Amino acid sequence: MAEPASVPEQASRNGSSNGNRSANGRPASLGAAAGGLGRVGYRAARAGAGLMGGLAGRAARDMARRLTADLDDRDPDYIRENLPLSWLFASIWYRAEVRNLANIPEEGPVLLVGNHTGGNMSPETITFTLAFTTFFGVERRFHQLAHNLVLASPLGPFLRNFGTVAASHDNAKRALDAGAAVLVFPGGDWEVHRPSWRGNQIDFGGRKGFIRLALDREVPIVPVVTIGGQETALWLSRGDWLARLLRLDTRFRLKVLPILIAPPWGLDIGDFLPRIPLPAKITSEVLPPIDIKQRFGSDPDLDEVYDHVTRVMQDTLDALSAERRFPVIG
Amino acid sequence: MRLNESITISAPPQLVWDYVTDPSRALDYMSGVTRWEVASDSPQDRGLGARYRMLIRVGATEVGGLVEVVEFSEPRDMAWSSVTGIDQRGRWRLRELSDGRTRAELRFAYGVAGGGISGMLAERISAPPLSAHLRRTLQQLKRQVEHEQLRADAAARNRALA
Repeated sequence: MAEPASVPEQASRNGSSNGNRSANGRPASLGAAAGGLGRVGYRAARAGAGLMGGLAGRAARDMARRLTADLDDRDPDYIRENLPLSWLFASIWYRAEVRNLANIPEEGPVLLVGNHTGGNMSPETITFTLAFTTFFGVERRFHQLAHNLVLASPLGPFLRNFGTVAASHDNAKRALDAGAAVLVFPGGDWEVHRPSWRGNQIDFGGRKGFIRLALDREVPIVPVVTIGGQETALWLSRGDWLARLLRLDTRFRLKVLPILIAPPWGLDIGDFLPRIPLPAKITSEVLPPIDIKQRFGSDPDLDEVYDHVTRVMQDTLDALSAERRFPVIG
Repeated sequence: MRLNESITISAPPQLVWDYVTDPSRALDYMSGVTRWEVASDSPQDRGLGARYRMLIRVGATEVGGLVEVVEFSEPRDMAWSSVTGIDQRGRWRLRELSDGRTRAELRFAYGVAGGGISGMLAERISAPPLSAHLRRTLQQLKRQVEHEQLRADAAARNRALA
């Protein structure tokens, strides 16, 4: 912002010097005019810089506000009034099925750990949130952690009303401390953009933060396994090499830049544009809660817990996969 | 949306009443219902003011919530209304026919809060499967109550013979 101001300052100085020269016999009006122009330009540039600065500051504040977990942004009345739309979408487009919700403890904080599918338009976030909300009621606090880019997207305000907060340990802790059920996807962007032919694989990419979180807040882990999301488009590659090449990993926490084929765009790189997901049948199954300390002792080995959680989820995913007869149709 | 189904059961109203007001039997005959249990804050398990946590599968989800019995007129009418969850009212209406049998009617009215066009669509699309659940519920109730009636009649005959 400082650089644009230096140009009019120079112009102003030039104008002033012209004015001096006028005192030495040059037409005074020219010098005065030049000086006036310089001052007007300077003021305009300052105003412009101020406006730009104001807009940038406002955008930065808006972004910071979006990424801050204000748990009160969750609006039960808004959720209630938007349930019919979610229900129509989940029932007709995805023929969704969420099994064994009764495995989730009736009360208290709980960490729901899901495998992530379906790219940036992840269908299970809609179908599971709907199922959870109708099963336990909009009154029960329920938050979902999402990538910063998702919250910064035009869908951000809508998701915040549904209880979505930016994925971070602090936000998850705050939500759990408030007694909420919190849905996390440890695989994140790594798992959600896996190639379609690896759709039936649990792939958290070795991320164990969710275990530390559950231990820290002493809450049970409830695995949620979903199948079908990777059939809503054809993912060809995660594009992790492309993300590294463009330095997206260091700039935007983006480890991947997926390459997929999806209507209406055909070839889609990045999965940033709204697309039409294929109407794949989405099935989710909730597994029994895992009390880490009860099962693995007071000082558990994180690798052992990780292996156990991913193994039971993979077993369930294999069973769900065996049930499916056709891609997309289910 | 208001749904209404009825059936004639070859049993006296009291026997049907005992069935429909007993929460422990609800899952035996209620089609699509995945939960019908006495709520933890319910003053009693049946009667006026009793509260149940109920869920019924409709489309992609199990919907329902906490309901409270708001009318309990033995052995004729039991009505409930939602406390939380989707807005709903239900009613069992039992009437004795001249031949001693019972006309059982199950009414179910529900609505979605707000929602506009999507709410209207959701109500209309969910109506046929819910109507089918109501019909199956009455058929299953009829079968179970009549079976119970046959057993009671057989036991009475045995006692008379003894």
